[in-house]
Amino acid sequence: MSTTEVLHHHHKHCDQLFADAEAAGVKGDWGAAVADFTRFRDELLAHFSTEEQVLFPAFEAATGMVGGPTQMMRFEHAQMRELLEQMQAAIDQRVRDPFAGAAETLLVLMQQHNMKEENILYPMCDRTLAGSVDVAAGLRERLEEKCPASA
Amino acid sequence: MHPNLSFEQAPPIWVPYRFFLTAPLFGIATGLLLAWSGPEALASRWTPAALALTHLMVAGFMLQAMCGALLQFIPVAAGGNIWRPTLVAGVVHPMLAVGAALLAGGFLAGPGPWFAVGAGLIVTALSIYVVVVGIALFRAPARGATILALRVAIAALVVTYVLGFTLAQGLRGVGGIPLLEFTHVHAAWGLGGWALLLLSGVSYYVVPMFQLTPAYPAWLGRLLPWTLLTALLLWATQLTGEARAWHSWVLLAGLLAAGLFALVTLRLQAQRRRRVPDVTLTFFRIGMASLLVIVLAIALITVPPAPTFLPVREWAVPIGILTFVGLFVSVITGMLYKIVPFLNWLHLQRLGGLTVFPPNMRDMIRERAMVWQMRLHLAALAALLGAATWPPLTAIAGLLFAASCAWLEWNLLGGVRVYRTFRDRIRAVDACHAP
Repeated sequence: MSTTEVLHHHHKHCDQLFADAEAAGVKGDWGAAVADFTRFRDELLAHFSTEEQVLFPAFEAATGMVGGPTQMMRFEHAQMRELLEQMQAAIDQRVRDPFAGAAETLLVLMQQHNMKEENILYPMCDRTLAGSVDVAAGLRERLEEKCPASA
Repeated sequence: MHPNLSFEQAPPIWVPYRFFLTAPLFGIATGLLLAWSGPEALASRWTPAALALTHLMVAGFMLQAMCGALLQFIPVAAGGNIWRPTLVAGVVHPMLAVGAALLAGGFLAGPGPWFAVGAGLIVTALSIYVVVVGIALFRAPARGATILALRVAIAALVVTYVLGFTLAQGLRGVGGIPLLEFTHVHAAWGLGGWALLLLSGVSYYVVPMFQLTPAYPAWLGRLLPWTLLTALLLWATQLTGEARAWHSWVLLAGLLAAGLFALVTLRLQAQRRRRVPDVTLTFFRIGMASLLVIVLAIALITVPPAPTFLPVREWAVPIGILTFVGLFVSVITGMLYKIVPFLNWLHLQRLGGLTVFPPNMRDMIRERAMVWQMRLHLAALAALLGAATWPPLTAIAGLLFAASCAWLEWNLLGGVRVYRTFRDRIRAVDACHAP
């Protein structure tokens, strides 16, 4: 198992939770939307914080690259956090169109972001952090049990 | 001012937009020309009007949309660096637009000097484009199905326009060129090489992304470009002027590969995890269904005996309508409806930083407007196919198609208006806060 494998699985897990939340909100099934969105948001935020607190610092320490790809990923995390807040506000107010619009914007941004991570950043991390047992264990500890795909 | 992170290499927004906003104008021109030409335009694929209509679609609508999209796509999806994109777009875009208009006019009025100027403009513009995009593609760090498809597509574009230019010389009386065979090879490389491979390369990237489908299987990404390239090379052996019986089998092999791409795309979309209605998805399905019908129809008329059960004046006409309007206009429109709102959002987000947040994607182009434009597009497609069998429908079909392209233009311009309004608001806020 590579260092970042659990992160790949967790992306797919978040995709599924997004699809559930979006479908419920767009249908106007607000009861389900609240539950599904909360689960999705919690998982996505856990993913961001795991990367920001475990993976990125280890990568930056190993390579000395502080202003490069990890800074870009952090910026996109901030954009996505803002879109999550817009979705939350739309759910609180029970308004369909703003919810659907924020969800669609988040989807495209999130997919682009994931592709950059999976195709560029994670392979770089796997190469530079191959010997680090701590990082792999730290990532798994935070995300593995949340994520049925990797179990 | 704000961190320029999310798109370190992406070109300025007007680079793709100038192409995107020009493409539907050629669609409007196509529809109006068809309505004005009347029923005889579709009597055969070789009428002057049919040739003009075809080139308004391929060298106008499709080439504009595809060239613009690739300038955006290569840096973002493949990590390739386009050399001075603003300058390249500023030179290539007007030359292509004027060239396509002159070419279509030349087909209508007879291949006079303006026809030659049009062909020359297109060849010059595409040569510049191919060098710049080719260098970016061959230096790009990305590997995999998308980049392979794009590289073969660009090579096929070169073959297409070189053959096209040669044909233009032939039409102007430069002797010794077997026009029929050259036309067959020119069309196959343009549609089955450049256009289809570009579509496949972009699809590998955007279909999973927009609908949360499984990834395309790796075997398709290898099989499609190599099969199409081999088939196109064998198909090109008829340039000597002698088409042989086995050329039909080469055609069928290429069609089979194209049909596989359509089937895999439809299957992946059926397995999508995203479950909300989406206009881009419907446009894609219309496109893939059209591709399957095209494959079946060409296979039917290629393998003898030719069918007699449909009162079609010439099979090439409905197949052409399905190719240009059913397949390519559908998928291009569907993608524009995602790309333009997202690029708006991304560029505005970059301008405003994390303090001024832009409207979301659905505030850029209204969903209702896209859905109704799609219905009009479908009506136009049905009417065009109807006109191929029942000529009195021709004028109405042309007007419907012009109207659907005008509506597409209007929707895209609406997106641009939202962009401008919000951009000006951000600048005003920045000006207030300036020291």
